[in-house]
Amino acid sequence: MKFIVAIIQPFRMDTVREALNDAGVTGLTVSEVRGYGRQRGHKEVYRGAEYTINYVPKLKLEVAVDDDKAEEISEIIMRTARTGKIGDGKIFVFDLQSVLRIRTGEVGPQAL
Amino acid sequence: MINGADTAWMLTSTVLVLFMTLPGLALFYAGLVRAKNVLSVLMHCIAITALVSVLWYAGAYSLAFSGSGPLVGDLSQAFLIGLERNAVHPGTTIPDTVYIMYQMTFAIITPALIIGAYVERIKFSAVLLFSGLWIFVVYAPVAHWVWGGGWLAVMGVKDFAGGIVVHTTAGISALVVAVALGKRDGFPQHLQPPHAPWIVMVGAAMLWVGWFGFNAGSALTAGGDAGMAMLVTHMAAAVASLTWMGIEWARYGKPSLVGTVTGTIAGLATITPASGYVGPFGALVIGIASAAICYGAVQLVKLRFKIDDALDVFAVHGVGGMTGTLLTAPLMAVELGGVGYGDGVTMTSQFVVQVIGVAVTLVWSGVASVILVKITQSLVGLRVRHDVETQGLDLTTHGEAGYNLAFGGTGQ
Repeated sequence: MKFIVAIIQPFRMDTVREALNDAGVTGLTVSEVRGYGRQRGHKEVYRGAEYTINYVPKLKLEVAVDDDKAEEISEIIMRTARTGKIGDGKIFVFDLQSVLRIRTGEVGPQAL
Repeated sequence: MINGADTAWMLTSTVLVLFMTLPGLALFYAGLVRAKNVLSVLMHCIAITALVSVLWYAGAYSLAFSGSGPLVGDLSQAFLIGLERNAVHPGTTIPDTVYIMYQMTFAIITPALIIGAYVERIKFSAVLLFSGLWIFVVYAPVAHWVWGGGWLAVMGVKDFAGGIVVHTTAGISALVVAVALGKRDGFPQHLQPPHAPWIVMVGAAMLWVGWFGFNAGSALTAGGDAGMAMLVTHMAAAVASLTWMGIEWARYGKPSLVGTVTGTIAGLATITPASGYVGPFGALVIGIASAAICYGAVQLVKLRFKIDDALDVFAVHGVGGMTGTLLTAPLMAVELGGVGYGDGVTMTSQFVVQVIGVAVTLVWSGVASVILVKITQSLVGLRVRHDVETQGLDLTTHGEAGYNLAFGGTGQ
């Protein structure tokens, strides 16, 4: 199994979720995060004074999938989250050691 | 004799002006600071309101409005001794009680304006001590000079609703406190922006509405003077809002909300001294001038002089109040829609009086504030420790947090 962590532009989330849903992903976790990459931060101006915002708001998407689906799911996220502009984010893929469903005690891929 | 209509309007105006501080100014300032200091600013506003109310009763009102000395009143009405239920305030048609209350709301908002200079780093005890002393040493005497029959009133200075008494005193004192306290950690390069611009707008909107009590109420009657004051107040606020918005739009490509409402407040502060003397044309001139001049003043104080008058009290209120006081002289001319000049007074002679009023008030308020800051510093200290500033005043000073939103507010 693989654990996919994607940092994406917040406004792409709906598109990404619909595409993942269509691809059979049955659950995911989203959190609001802040960070920067090559885009760095941005500037805001209040009463003529510039404020440097170092950390840009992003969404962190976490989804666990079977080994054979990992590549497809990563590709879907990449395609649907992309705007082509700097700041589109990144996708990290980890090996997932085990999964356990709390309610039933199921273990492994059937717990996904 | 007491007039019911006038009294009704003055009761209403009193409510409106208190509403400017609670919660108008409180919210205006609260939105501009960082989330970790939002409660401290609200606390400053309510604490100053309560404190000044008591001091007003104890003797500040009497020092401002009793007696006929040129420099300061007397203590004949300290603790409002001898106040009668149905007494008419001399020279008006409203009860003494209403006059005292109405003036109290002005005394409250003036030190509350200064809050904007010292937010996010001052000791709470310093806020109370400085504000309390300031009411007696700065506000009461200057109010007496201008509105209590003191030397500036005798000289014929025109300050309808507080360009000198409120905005000039608060503005220069704010600058003094800001310099004495020093810059906030990170100023000006690494500050975080206002935590809630929408709250700034809500507060400014309340100020705009409340200002009708401030300016139109200063007529002390419900008639043509109040009506014109309301009209010109509104026009100046509208024009100044558009002007500031336009300046930012042209310079930065975006018309910002915080900038637009800052223009609103600049316009309101600037029309204040003129509101009983000018017509709609004067309001138009003041609206444009206030936004342009106050905008420049903000840049000058913050970016050029690097003084951390955090919420621009001097640049918006002080500079606005002074500008309006000076512009009153030319704009009150009958030809420009104003009320005209008194016997033997010309535009030039009126202007000279206005300059004297502003200049002396600047010096008095500035020097007095320097001394009061020293006293405050030696008695309770001025600034919080660095780690307290980093953590924010809400938790460290007041033991409360402005926002408990984590985990959906379910505890943790």
